[in-house]
Amino acid sequence: MSLWEYANPKKFMDTTGPLVPWIVGAAALLMAVGLIWGFFLTPDDFRQGSTVRIVFLHVPSAMMAINIWVMMLVTSLIWLIRRHHVSALAAKAAAPIGLAMTVIALITGGLWGQPMWGTWWVWDPRLTSFLILCLFYIGYIALWQAIEDPDTAADLTAVLCLVGSVFALMSRYAVWFWSQGLHQGASLSLQSGERMAAAYRWPLYTCMVAFGLLFVALVLIATRTEIRARRIKALQTRARLREGAA
Amino acid sequence: MDLSVRDLAVARGGIPVLEGVRFDLPAGGALVLRGPNGCGKTTLLRTLAGLQPPLEGRISAPPEAMAYAGHADGLKPTLTVAENLRFWASVYGTAGREAPAMSAMNLSDLLDRPAQTLSAGQKRRLGLARLLVTGRPLWVLDEPTVSLDAGSVGLFVRIVRAHLEAGGAALMATHIDLGLAEARVLDLTAYRARPRAQAGGFDEAFA
Amino acid sequence: MIALLGRDLRLAIRAGGGFGLGLAFFLILAVLVPLGVGPEPEVLGRIAPGVLWVGALLACLLSLDRIFALDWEDGSLDLLATAPIPMEGVVAVKAAAHWLTTGLPLTLVAPVLGVLMNLDAGAYGWLVLSLLLGTPALSVIGTFGAALTVGLRRGGLLLSLLVLPLYVPTLIYGASVVTRGAEGLSVGTPLALLAGITLGAAALLPFASAAAIRINLR
Repeated sequence: MSLWEYANPKKFMDTTGPLVPWIVGAAALLMAVGLIWGFFLTPDDFRQGSTVRIVFLHVPSAMMAINIWVMMLVTSLIWLIRRHHVSALAAKAAAPIGLAMTVIALITGGLWGQPMWGTWWVWDPRLTSFLILCLFYIGYIALWQAIEDPDTAADLTAVLCLVGSVFALMSRYAVWFWSQGLHQGASLSLQSGERMAAAYRWPLYTCMVAFGLLFVALVLIATRTEIRARRIKALQTRARLREGAA
Repeated sequence: MDLSVRDLAVARGGIPVLEGVRFDLPAGGALVLRGPNGCGKTTLLRTLAGLQPPLEGRISAPPEAMAYAGHADGLKPTLTVAENLRFWASVYGTAGREAPAMSAMNLSDLLDRPAQTLSAGQKRRLGLARLLVTGRPLWVLDEPTVSLDAGSVGLFVRIVRAHLEAGGAALMATHIDLGLAEARVLDLTAYRARPRAQAGGFDEAFA
Repeated sequence: MIALLGRDLRLAIRAGGGFGLGLAFFLILAVLVPLGVGPEPEVLGRIAPGVLWVGALLACLLSLDRIFALDWEDGSLDLLATAPIPMEGVVAVKAAAHWLTTGLPLTLVAPVLGVLMNLDAGAYGWLVLSLLLGTPALSVIGTFGAALTVGLRRGGLLLSLLVLPLYVPTLIYGASVVTRGAEGLSVGTPLALLAGITLGAAALLPFASAAAIRINLR
């Protein structure tokens, strides 16, 4: 019994099918708890006032935007090395979700920045890095859509994801070199855990877990859709071949 | 060099088109592939030439032993006939073979003509002259006689025969009768991939 | 491989096309920018490093889709793949030919356009040096993008979309060499990083490009 067995499409479908409703439910519940707690049951910040509450959307979505790219990198590597189709399809399914997370992070950042810094957008390193990440997501999705043959598309997008990851990392450091920013330091970090008041920390953790679960739920549903689409295609091909043979 | 192919299965666009292909092509032999359009002749030849991986099966000779010529001749329109051929000779490290190749394909009068001014048949002859400069023993040819007139086909058959006599071998997909008496014919219809059994057991490849 | 380089250079010169086009584009950009932002010398001088670098980058982009497209259409790429040259060597040579026909001429005319843009006198040397060090990276990265999109019918636009984000680090370091040079600051760090990107890309990306070509030929 190996973990790789779950990479078989049929096994994957059978296993994830019953799990999806539970994950969706858990994500919805935690999202409701985290956001209500964060938005209505926390005190105003002494400097930032009520606007600070956008952190409960901004930080989890920004975190997921990066994590999803890392997940795509891992699944792309698995596809290139072990040729599991589910892995390639999961990478394909994750990309639009990652793009959505990046856009949410950018929009909520702008909404937060306007009252705080007096501007919707500054060419700050963090903001710029996210804009570049957004471009990487768009390029990746566009390449998937441009190539007809699914295996060729999976191979080429996986190569792009690998190369893109290296360049995204380089861009991040290049951008820090290019401009020192307005953006505050990391909202949460292991070294300076006390930077954020405990009153905000727990609802924020809840929201982060909720966003993580939301992503898992969405990526499972999207991957299942991709698998079904591939099956339909395979069935159509089979039917065509059989007509040809008859 | 001998070529033997065992249980070869090839796919086009992820869909198996031929399976269980087996044949032997000894040095000095020629084999003509037949089969209806779309049956997988080109796919088979590209697989043998190493341009795409086989689904399964064994090919005894490495791609490095083969000289592949496809539908397109790979000519550069702004280069002259001689320059086109000299380029391939230096890629294959066989400088000096261009002159005999050009006279064998009756191109000697066209040396300084840019390839874009050649007729379709002349281009084809230049494309086939490239085979002579590769110096590789196994020729893998996809429709080599397209757009050749009767005289040029005769020319082509002569160079194939000379190649066979020198210990080479040739594998060709063609529809016309070359008049190459020693060539054996292999009909690929018998190897067409059967559509797999009914749905349910989707494997990794969804096929 | 030298034969391939020679052939590509000869093709570029005979066909004209990409060779002069990039240069003309670069020139037009250097004319249009002052028309757009106004003729004040101080303003132009301040934005000159960035404008010249962005211009060189876009001029490079213009000819990328021709790196493999013609060889793909006429079947040469199939034949090259079966020839006794490793595909990695083919793509490296293609990138070198692209640089010699695009990056190098752009580098050579950049100082002239610097005059049009009122570039600071102290920055000319840095402009040429940064382009000399940076444009090879643009060609190598562009070759990777061209390899990804070679089989696509309308690959040109997609190619730009894929390649431009990859150009970000090169652009940042390249332009900052010139900006800092103009201000008389030390340029060691961005120059070293720029050279690092070029060397790293030239060493590693041909493997990714060759893999992409092989996948596309299947």
